[in-house]
Amino acid sequence: MNYMPGTASLIEDIDKKHLVLLRDGRTLIGFLRSIDQFANLVLHQTVERIHVGKKYGDIPRGIFIVRGENVVLLGEIDLEKESETVLQQVSIEEILEEQRSQQQAKQEAEKAKTQALKDRGLSIPRVDMLDEY
Amino acid sequence: MILLSLSYSKQYHLRELFYSFFKSLVGKDVVVELKNDLSICGTLHSVDQYLNIKLTDISVTDPEKYPHMLSVKNCFIRGSVVRYVQLPADEVDTQLLQDAARKEAMQQKQ
Repeated sequence: MNYMPGTASLIEDIDKKHLVLLRDGRTLIGFLRSIDQFANLVLHQTVERIHVGKKYGDIPRGIFIVRGENVVLLGEIDLEKESETVLQQVSIEEILEEQRSQQQAKQEAEKAKTQALKDRGLSIPRVDMLDEY
Repeated sequence: MILLSLSYSKQYHLRELFYSFFKSLVGKDVVVELKNDLSICGTLHSVDQYLNIKLTDISVTDPEKYPHMLSVKNCFIRGSVVRYVQLPADEVDTQLLQDAARKEAMQQKQ
């Protein structure tokens, strides 16, 4: 039953398993329990999933209340597709270690880039951190 | 097109114009590029007044360096994170859209 036919509503997504992408790059997976007009969300049995390459690790987080402005997207998880995943689940310690080395490599590359730009008198501001509402 | 049936004087905001515009595109295939550089291809299912977009049958267009989307078929995208919505040219009457937008902008100025 659609309360407002034709409009994008999260009402039908309630109580389903969802993947939430946050603006800071984190991925949360949980059951959507509550919504509002700002896309504030309440997630139940939430797990923070960290992806590095083909591996991933889940950190149980309990109940999450996400402020709408931090939400990039909300995806309904298709349980069939999820069971056929090619990704390999690893332990939390392992994935955190992998993430650390990935962040390190990224930071070094970023540092080299900003230094090169600085040497030429340029700088690049980050756009994805703006919220225009 | 839905735009033709809505007289311009009934739309008070430029936002309403694009809301109507997207409503007329429901069912078409679009590519949404987000501010975090993620591009998602899918069928436009619905849109709301904030230009939040719901897509069905999605696929991540760029190389799958976003592996988390593999088990997701439908998604809701918050309007504030959209950078572009790419549409096939033949689905849009650009002349009509431009005229409507121009009229709205002039009305807003007054």
